[in-house]
Amino acid sequence: MTFFRAEGLRINFGGVQALDDVSFEVAPGQVFTIIGPNGAGKTTIFNLVSRIYEPSHGRLVFCDEDITQVPPHEIARRGIARTFQNIELFEHATVLQNLLLGRHAHARSRFLAELLFLPRVRAREIAHREAAEKVIEFLELQPYRDRLIANLPYGIRKVVELARALCTEPKLLLLDEPSSGLSVEETEDMAFWIQDIRSLLDITVLMVEHDMSLVSAVSDRVLALNYGRTIAQGTAREVQEQPDVVKAYLGG
Amino acid sequence: MRFIFKTSYEQDLTLFGDRVQRNWYVALLVGLLGLPWLLPAYLTDLSLVLIYGLCGLSLMVLAGYTGLVSLGHAAFLGIGAYAHVYFVQDVGLPWIVAVALATALTAAAGVLVGSPALRMTGVYLTIATLAFALVIQEVFTRWDRVTHGLKGRPVDKPVIFGVSFATDAAFYFLCLGFLIGGLWLTRNLLRAPTGRAWVAIRDSEIAAQSMGVNLAVYKTMAFSYSAGLMGLAGALFAHKIGFLAPDIFGVLFSIQFLLMVVVGGLGSLHGAVFGAVFVALLPVVISQARDSVPAWIGAVVSVLGSGAGTAAFRTTDRLVKQPGLEPGIFGLILVLFILFEPLGIYGRWVKLKVYFSTFPLYKRATFKRQRAYMRSERLR
Repeated sequence: MTFFRAEGLRINFGGVQALDDVSFEVAPGQVFTIIGPNGAGKTTIFNLVSRIYEPSHGRLVFCDEDITQVPPHEIARRGIARTFQNIELFEHATVLQNLLLGRHAHARSRFLAELLFLPRVRAREIAHREAAEKVIEFLELQPYRDRLIANLPYGIRKVVELARALCTEPKLLLLDEPSSGLSVEETEDMAFWIQDIRSLLDITVLMVEHDMSLVSAVSDRVLALNYGRTIAQGTAREVQEQPDVVKAYLGG
Repeated sequence: MRFIFKTSYEQDLTLFGDRVQRNWYVALLVGLLGLPWLLPAYLTDLSLVLIYGLCGLSLMVLAGYTGLVSLGHAAFLGIGAYAHVYFVQDVGLPWIVAVALATALTAAAGVLVGSPALRMTGVYLTIATLAFALVIQEVFTRWDRVTHGLKGRPVDKPVIFGVSFATDAAFYFLCLGFLIGGLWLTRNLLRAPTGRAWVAIRDSEIAAQSMGVNLAVYKTMAFSYSAGLMGLAGALFAHKIGFLAPDIFGVLFSIQFLLMVVVGGLGSLHGAVFGAVFVALLPVVISQARDSVPAWIGAVVSVLGSGAGTAAFRTTDRLVKQPGLEPGIFGLILVLFILFEPLGIYGRWVKLKVYFSTFPLYKRATFKRQRAYMRSERLR
């Protein structure tokens, strides 16, 4: 059985070949990290997986199903959630509303029932709230429940975004640079949370990251990209020692 | 300052924050029910406030909550009005059935406009709705059999289940009932997954999509619901003005609705109502002032001598009788609002409340926006 596999992904934007024949496989329970210099195509892989971009070649397989043609809003329902590099929270809503929107993939309510706010809508809302509260407790967001995102500091927003992704109850979690813009201390917290997400919540993590200390601390496997091509794959240590990777980062 | 101590999830699902707030709303309702006896001379203006309240609610859902700005809502109002009058007076359906049909028809028109509009964003969508409004206005002019074209068509007073709502007071209560109903239904949607999905689309389409929101479905829904409310308002509006003609439902009317939600405060139901009060009552205030202000000024200046008083009276009288004063004042107020209070009347209201509840400790910086962080590269 295949948990997640990308086969020969290719995409180009005009004349730029953003990804050129990238293949990798993520086993369940892994933390799989993609590294590479700026513009290597890391976030492009995420946008392909969440179906925002259309690959020109290649296939994405998730839980033995081909998801290359699935519409973007179906991806969350299949069990893939993501965060964004530059934070895409709903700014003029509270933390709680953001998390409850994370439950949208599980919303089954109908328009007329919601219009009259029938008892079953109320019961479902309470159930969603309970699920969101579990995530709030997991990520220690209790003090921020009713705060507007627009009034929160950057570090907290990062955590709220992670929380929103967890609210969808994903099987595969895509984290786009979870430590960017965080202080050293907050990055350490993030490393613990990623480990907990994997071991306590049984969620497989696919991550794009620059901070090598975080990468080495949590990753089981690392894929290094440069100019849209795979240059190395293996454990964090193996990849860091590859001459190609050193060259891509340091030049020469 | 009050702190609300929450002990159950139910408390976050109530219609009003807590018991104190609910009591304020009950007091407001009692006041509104007593208004016909307090201000009998202004009843028709007050009915118009309530109808505009429904219109504001409609555009608030679309522009304030879903982030889709429409400049064609007067067309939906017109569709609702003409459909209702046609169903009642030509087909002979009972009043309630006609209103329901008019609402449903307008909602369907909303789907028709909404679905091609899905591929457009921002100003392009606004232009598309504007074009739609112009087309519809042309239809009103040409479709003689239903609309009676430029001749216009008179509208009878509403008769519901054999009860006539011909008096101003009865019609006021009818409008009040519909506005409260509309507010209740909209509030229900907003506290359910649909409302959250709308807000999500407004704030970040890309994130909403990744969380499982089907953009096409929810945008169409917002369009259709908004149009439906407008249709309902249209049915009442037809009775209010008593005579339908195509030129009423022009672009200026649509702009007035937009003004209503911006001045009221985007993204709040309170704002829709505040905006309606503002837009419906400002002309009344202006026309009152037109009659009384020159006399006052004349009286004050006549302290200096009766000749100066008469001169001052004449000058101000000529000034306020200038044509185009009303739109001028409207525009001026809109500009001032955007400059000094972008959150609208509702924003000002919230600031006042915070000022009094934290009294000696109010900080002006409370409502200063923190720095905005960069957002992801726009993906399409």
